[in-house]
Parts: sequence; C-alpha cells; structure tokens
Amino acid sequence: MGADAARSTDGAAGRPAVRGGGASAADTVAADVRVAGPARPRAVEDVAMAAGVEGATTGRTTVDDLARLRAHDRRRATVVLGALGVLLAGLALAALSLGAVPLTPAQVVAALGGEGSTFVVTGLRLPRLALAVAVGASLGLSGALLQSVVRNPLASPDIVGLTGGASAAAVLAIAAGATGVAVDGAALVGAVGASVLVFTLSGRGVTGTRFVVVGVAVAFLAQGVLGYGLTRASLSEAEQAFFWLVGSVGSAPWGDVARVAVVLAGAAAVLAVGRRPLAALALDDDTARAIGGRPVATRVGAILVSSVLAAVAVAVAGPVAFVGFVSGPIARRLRGHGPALATAALVGAAVVVGADLLAQHGVPGTLRPPVGIVTGALGAPVLVWLLVRGERRKESPA
Amino acid sequence: MTAAAASGSPSTDRSARRSQLRSRARGRGLVVRGAVLAVVLVGAVAVSLMVGARTTSPGTVLTALLDPAALGGPTAPDVVVVTQLRIPRTVIGLLAGAALGLAGVVMQGVTRNPVADPGLLGINAGAAFAVVVGLSVVGVTSFVGLVGFALVGALAAATLVAGIAVSARTGSAPALLVVAGAAVTAGLTSLTTLVLLGDAAALDRYRFWTVGSLTGRDLDTALQLAPVVALGAVVALLLARALDALGLGDDVARGLGFRLLPTRAAAIGAIVLLCGSATALAGPLVFVGLLAAHGARALVGTRHSRLLPVAAVSGASVVVLADALGRVVVPPGELEVGIVVAALGAPLLIGLVRSRRVAL
Repeated sequence: MGADAARSTDGAAGRPAVRGGGASAADTVAADVRVAGPARPRAVEDVAMAAGVEGATTGRTTVDDLARLRAHDRRRATVVLGALGVLLAGLALAALSLGAVPLTPAQVVAALGGEGSTFVVTGLRLPRLALAVAVGASLGLSGALLQSVVRNPLASPDIVGLTGGASAAAVLAIAAGATGVAVDGAALVGAVGASVLVFTLSGRGVTGTRFVVVGVAVAFLAQGVLGYGLTRASLSEAEQAFFWLVGSVGSAPWGDVARVAVVLAGAAAVLAVGRRPLAALALDDDTARAIGGRPVATRVGAILVSSVLAAVAVAVAGPVAFVGFVSGPIARRLRGHGPALATAALVGAAVVVGADLLAQHGVPGTLRPPVGIVTGALGAPVLVWLLVRGERRKESPA
Repeated sequence: MTAAAASGSPSTDRSARRSQLRSRARGRGLVVRGAVLAVVLVGAVAVSLMVGARTTSPGTVLTALLDPAALGGPTAPDVVVVTQLRIPRTVIGLLAGAALGLAGVVMQGVTRNPVADPGLLGINAGAAFAVVVGLSVVGVTSFVGLVGFALVGALAAATLVAGIAVSARTGSAPALLVVAGAAVTAGLTSLTTLVLLGDAAALDRYRFWTVGSLTGRDLDTALQLAPVVALGAVVALLLARALDALGLGDDVARGLGFRLLPTRAAAIGAIVLLCGSATALAGPLVFVGLLAAHGARALVGTRHSRLLPVAAVSGASVVVLADALGRVVVPPGELEVGIVVAALGAPLLIGLVRSRRVAL
C-alpha cells in the first residue's frame, strides 16, 4: 500500500525516469534489499511519502529508489498472490475430492463439467467449499482492515468484541424465534453496535492498546449477554445455537454463500475506491492530514466496513475463531508491509478451507468437529506466540 | 514540614502533635471504613435472604432461621425458600466472592498489573475446561474429584499466563496480559465446546454453569470447599508483606530480603486454590476480582495486610449483591450472577483504561 501511495509521487517526476530504471533496477533490487536489510524499503517509502512531491523533485536517487521499490513490491505482490491462489486451488481440489466418496482430480473436474458424480461434488462439497472461501475471505479482510486502521495487531474482530456482539445479538434473535435474514440483521446490529461502543468508549485517537482493552471488556460483556440468550433458549435451540457458535461451514445453502459473496464484493469495491486514504492512514494521523487525508473519517468508515464484513460472516457461519486475527499478520509477513488487504482475504480463505479440511479428514475417529474448533485450538497458541514475540521485539505499537 | 523543622522546638512539638492527631484520625477512619464494610456485607447477606420471586420480610427471615415452627414447621413455604434456597446460594456467593476478591488482589500484586483478574486472565476458563473434561470425558461424579480437576485446570492456565507474562515482560504493558488471557479463554472455549458437542446432557448442565450461577451446588458440597478457600486465604495473607515489597519492584523486593521465586510460586499456589474452588462452586465468573480489588484499594489504600481482607469482604459482598440484583431485574425469571457481574465489571475495566491510572 505504501508503494501505491508513492505512485503519485514518482508520477509527478516524469514517467521516463521511472521506466528507464525498470529492467536494470529489477536486477539490482534483490541485492539492494539484502544489503540494506528490511528496514530500508519502509524508511525510504516513508520519507518519500512524508515529503510528498518535494521528495521526488529534489533528486533522481529518490525517484530511482522508489521505482525500484515499486517494481520489487509489485513483483512480490504477484508472487505472493499467485502462490496463495495456487495454494487455495490445491486446497479446493482436495476439499472437492476427499470424503466418504473419494474422487480423483479428474473425476472432480468431470463432475464440475456436469458428468459423473455431480451430486457429491456440486451438490454437497462445492457449496461447503464456496462458503468456506467466502467466510474466510470476509473474516480475513475484516481483521486486516481493523488491525491496520487501529494500528494494533491485537485489534481483530474476535478480540475487540465485533464477532462477540454479532453472536450475542444473533443468539438472542434465535432464542426469540427468528430465522434467516432476521438473524443476519440481528448479527449486523450486534457487530455495528459493538464497534460503535468500542469506538466511542476508547476515546479520542482510537488507536492502539486502549481500543483493544476496551474491546476486550465489550467482548466479555457480549459473552454475558450470549450466556443469557443460551440459558433462555430451549435445549434444542441452545444445542443448535451452541453448534453455530463454534463456527461451522457445514450447512451451506447457496443463498448463504451468495449473501456473503455480495457483501464481500461490495466491501472490496469500497476498499478499492478508498485505498489511497487507507494507505495514508498507515502513517501517523498528523502526517496523513498533512498529505490531504482525513484520518478520523477514514477510520470510522473502515471500522464500519470491517463490522459489516464480520457480521455477515458470523451470521452465516458463526464466529469462526481467530481467522480475523491471524490473517492480517500473516499477510503482512508475506508482503513485507501492511495493510495488504487482498493478501489477507486470500490468507483468510486458505485458513478456513485448510482448517475445514483438517476438521473433516484429519481428526481420528468418527467425530467431525466444525471448522471453528480447529481454528480456535490452533489460533490461540499463534496469538500467544505473537504476543510474546511482538513484545520482545518491541514491535507492537502501543 | 521543612519550614517547621527549621524553626525550632515549638513547631516541632506542634507538628508531632499534628501527626499524632492525623494518625489517630486515620485509625478512626479505618474503624469507620471497617464498620461500613461490615454493614455492607451484613446488608448484602440480608438482601440476599430477603429478595427474590417471593419477597420475604426481615422478620420472616429471622423467624424462619430461629424458630421455623412459628411459621408452620420446616415445610412452610417461607422456611423452605429461606433455608433450602437462599441460604445455600448466599453461602456459595460469599465463598466464591471472597476467594475471587483475594485472588484478584494477589494477581494484581504479583503481576503489578492493575487490570489483572482471575476471569480476564483465563484462569477460571482453565478450571472450567478441566471440570468439563472431568464431567464428560473422564466421567467423574464425585464433587471432590471435580474440584481436583478444577484445581489442575486453574494451575495449568495460571502457569501458562505466568509464562507469557515472564517471557513477554508484560509488567510494563498491562494490556498484553489481558489479551493473552482473552486468547487463552478463547482457545479453551473451543476445546470445551469440542468436548461438549456430542453430549447434550452435559451441554444442558454446562450452559447454566458457564454463565456463572450460585444455584448449581447444595450447601453441603459447598461447605466441603470451605477448607480449600481458607487455605488459599491463609497463603494469600501470609504473602501480604512480600506483595508490598514486590510492588516496589523486583530489585527492591530482593534488597528487602524477599526471595522472588518462592514468593511467586506461593502466589500462584494461592491463586490456584482460590480460583479453582470459586470456579467449581459458581462457574467461571469474570470481573469479580477486578471489582473487589479496586473497591478495596479505594477504601484502604495499597497495603496488602489491609487490602487482602477488605478485598475478600468486598468480593463476597459484590457477588451476593449481584446475585440478589439478578433475582429482581427481570421479574418472572432471574439473571445469573455472572451476567450481572459482567455488566458491572466491564464499565469498571473501561473506566480504568480511560483513566490515567493504567498507563497504556
């Protein structure tokens, strides 16, 4: 994203310089980065972005550096997104072929084309796969967005109570006898309500640790409400709600998939339009304001988009634990900088599809646990590890 | 003070007398606060015995306790309500609340973290997970066995969180410990759910117990746990001076002659005994330790020899009052005590974070 914002900078300096540097720069850039270490690209970008157009006109070196960095970043993006796409395709193929009726990849392709065991593939496994992809992408995008605008890797929808608010509202709705779209609506109200609560209560600035701790408090509050809903429901409703609360992509009517997909597409469009203000928000608020951004408005918008994404995913699949939390940091690690939203969405999809595969086929015995159990059990250690590591390196911005 | 000391003996006399007066006033203040606390506790117990779906007058409560025959023998409705229903849940509330209040103060002292709380840091979730495993997988039926499981679970979670605290040096960043606790809680909740998914009967019991409720145990089983709580309380009280020293920093504490490792180990032991038994009694309650510790600190300051007993009393009062409140807010039914406590505690946590007292 930093490089995207820098595009306007080198654009002002004239295309020829940039294009001219292209081929040779591409060759040297790897060595460049190796020598200078990972700190260098970010520093150069930050300086260039902070200095705005001025930086581009003062010297050719900066422009060349930027061009090199951009080329490097673009190649890295291509490689990362391509690799994730291949990984996701592989997982998808596995998800479509494994099961009680094992199929070969060739049979799967044939079934997708309408021949052979079409019921197993397109009737049973494809909706489940599609829901896993859509829900994973929504949660990954929601988490990465929130983490980036709050500037704290701990500010994921699961931790600051967005999914908690959505779940509590949805369980209350289920206990009151609601179904279908009404549950979606309740989840939406719950998630947006929780985010508004956290946003207002954490006070001005809305960055860093205070947002997270206020969010934890709201999450525990939501947990209380949820417990109330569970005790008021009948046992069968409670069992149903309990199963849903774990997060499962098992029951997947195409209507659910479509709802998540539509919201996901809408959010992606909004984020594509707003990517420059979002990139500016990667700097501190004063700098963002200085280069013409409106950080507070951008942040409010981003938090809303994040809430809507989390809400629709939760309404359809339940709060699949930790997907929103881990996708952002993994994507950032892969791309080398944040917010890396598209990468995070792909990572989220791969995580949910992979975890669902593991839950379906990796657990011994007859038990087929819902996907949320796998992500929850695997995600907690990851979170703890990130906490310990982040604090040691003093990386986590407070 | 420096001016007074410099200007000769008369003013020194005066300042000495003033400080004498002040300490006497402070002593009186303490007595007053102690009295207030006692009144609050007695009042909480009285309210808890009186209110509910069937409101009972103080006179009736006393008669039911002292002279049940006057109301029509042990089967009269008022007698049954007071002695069979309300006394057990009040006693359970007192035990669990006192334990969590003590554990909250010990945790805050040993981590030097003002937002530490047995529920927030996942200790109670560890105990709850172990209890569910004991119930559903191992098939433990005796209460003592379940308490054993709860203690082991609390110990595992406490060790885990302590490990995180040490390796991440979270003493300087209170929030990280809270998030670590949230992570531990979420992970354990997933595992608990895994255990419960195939077991509708266990789920039915669990869903009432997990919100935190004082109605799950009868009086006799609750009283079996009193010695465990008492042991934890004794260990906590013996740690008071060491916790005072720890508050000054590790180096100062070491300089004052306290050995850090035994102190911390003993603190974890006390926390495990207290949280494990509280969870076995009332389910995983969040925020009680936080509410009690901050209430106690506002009353008597930071010295642990006073803080600990006061926190025990205020924790007990908080739980009993919250339970009584839960019985009247939604008239036909009741709110479980855990929900009421969460509704009271979450604003406190938010207020703490917003105030300057917690440096974030």
